[in-house]
Amino acid sequence: MIGNEDIRTPVPTIYGGMREQFADLWKKQVAELKAKFGGTIEAVKMPGVDLVEVPVIYVKKDQVIEVLKFMKDQEGFRYEFLADLTAVDEESDPRFEVVYNLYAVFTSHSRIRVKCKVREGEEVPTLVNVWPGANWAEREVWDMFGIRFTGHPDLRRILMDERWVGHPLRKDYPLRGYQLFPTPEPIDPKLLD
Amino acid sequence: METRAEKITESLGLGNSQHYNITHDPDDIWDDSRVIINIGPTHPAMHGALRMVAKLNGETIEKSYCMFGYTHRAKEKLGENRTYHQFVVYTDRLNYCSALNNNVTYAMAVERLMGIQVPDRTVWLRMICCELARVIDHFICLGINAVDLGAFSFFLYGFHQREEAYTLIEKLCGARLTTSYTRIGGMMHDAPEGWEKEVKAWVARTRKVIQEMDELLTTNKIWRQRTVGVAVFDKEDCMKYSFSGPNARAAGIDHDLRRDQPNMFYKDVEFDVPIAKNGDVFDRYLVRIEEVKQSLNIIAQCCDKMKKGPIWTEDKRVRIPDKDVVHNTMEGLIHHFKFFMTGFDVPEGEAYTVNEGANGEVGFYIVSKGAPRAHRMRIRGPSVWHFQGLTPMVEGEKIGDMVAALGSINIIAGELDR
Repeated sequence: MIGNEDIRTPVPTIYGGMREQFADLWKKQVAELKAKFGGTIEAVKMPGVDLVEVPVIYVKKDQVIEVLKFMKDQEGFRYEFLADLTAVDEESDPRFEVVYNLYAVFTSHSRIRVKCKVREGEEVPTLVNVWPGANWAEREVWDMFGIRFTGHPDLRRILMDERWVGHPLRKDYPLRGYQLFPTPEPIDPKLLD
Repeated sequence: METRAEKITESLGLGNSQHYNITHDPDDIWDDSRVIINIGPTHPAMHGALRMVAKLNGETIEKSYCMFGYTHRAKEKLGENRTYHQFVVYTDRLNYCSALNNNVTYAMAVERLMGIQVPDRTVWLRMICCELARVIDHFICLGINAVDLGAFSFFLYGFHQREEAYTLIEKLCGARLTTSYTRIGGMMHDAPEGWEKEVKAWVARTRKVIQEMDELLTTNKIWRQRTVGVAVFDKEDCMKYSFSGPNARAAGIDHDLRRDQPNMFYKDVEFDVPIAKNGDVFDRYLVRIEEVKQSLNIIAQCCDKMKKGPIWTEDKRVRIPDKDVVHNTMEGLIHHFKFFMTGFDVPEGEAYTVNEGANGEVGFYIVSKGAPRAHRMRIRGPSVWHFQGLTPMVEGEKIGDMVAALGSINIIAGELDR
């Protein structure tokens, strides 16, 4: 194993690689998604062809919840475990990508990734109604990237103080952009109603 | 002149709002007697700098919310500003109870992006590290949970073995807590001569201790009354809140990444995945006790199967040059300088690499643009998702049981805040 192999090279044994195991399943699932949602699926990146380790499905942001719900409940998919929800600042025209990492925990044990591209200032529909656990992850995306989620029940900052200005994980936020507050974050009794 | 009490009330944001107290409902016998209490960020019952604000009705939690971020160190931002090699030390400070596990997961994530495969000995060594970390983490979780509920001696049984495990880790890498043991494509050092034997002796001793701990507490009447049926989080709730690891297995989710999506050589070792079904504090305790036993089995098997051999990959991109080459040749010196000052380029691509950590699914989602620094370094800590589940878990429970619930899901603030 010497040389310039990268992610295109399958190293299935020790890194939990799944390319051979799930190649057929993924192809079937992608075809089914394309047939069902058609133009909603903007692009698909497949492992072995593109520089990804699992299929990445780019979905138009308005339909992303329908697609995720379908992938959660549909027989043959059953991606019931929301492994991660995050975002990436791509510094290109649709500036951000919201990333959903899914895992079929009870059935095939395969993973898949759904992404939607978001411009600055645009909103993404919230996933809280499908997975209540997405609540804090979405709050973190808002806190760190400034992407708002439509219909989110409680979109406050989570890691940073409520009084913080700016969104630290944006590429244009300085590395040492410290902000200090003399008092702790106050309790909000309204949250307890 | 403002009194001190008024100042505090105001700083807590309770200045003019007394409305939480009064419902004006004639049937509500608790009207005008609800209290809001604030626990944390620095409170003995809170594990790390966590904060919970709860509205109490008598002793019962009616509604609560959690706050964290007090130890936020911007690790994801640092991941974008440090080279891949420099970031190894930051992974220690994620889940500091099982630092080795984070080291291994991070190394695997970068190696996977680069298509590097490490030698067999390294993989076995990493597996031992992971399992040692799991045992240590479970000991601290079980012990602290028991201390919170008043069983102090139980904690000391585990703590002694934990210290011995730390001594073993110290022999590996010189540090006890912040290990930074892995490198991309290898390990910091090989294990010293005879280390496997010491580990096996430790395993034999620990087996006895965990058996003793099991007997001490599992059938204990007080412990059972305090934990059975408390803070129940069933299978559906676990799936809603993305619970993983022992907390999910306690609710009957038959899933373990080591078995279902095996990385490293977990295919080649035999172990059982313990499952409970109720998802209460007691079941989480039982699952952890059994997992310690299984981890000890895995460690013993790894020690037997580990053979002598190289620990570094031959790949020149990531291999740290040997010290005699650095000190005696110009090329070696340049290589050394370039390696540590500029770092190595990781090919373009993205990967989400997971490992079964002590608390659940630890994941690194790395997006590389072909530079020596990551474009995005996302860390998925299981504690975030578990802590989120605490609010629905303790609703309707007594305030004292909140302490039991918090201890049983093992929140590590370092992993939570990142």
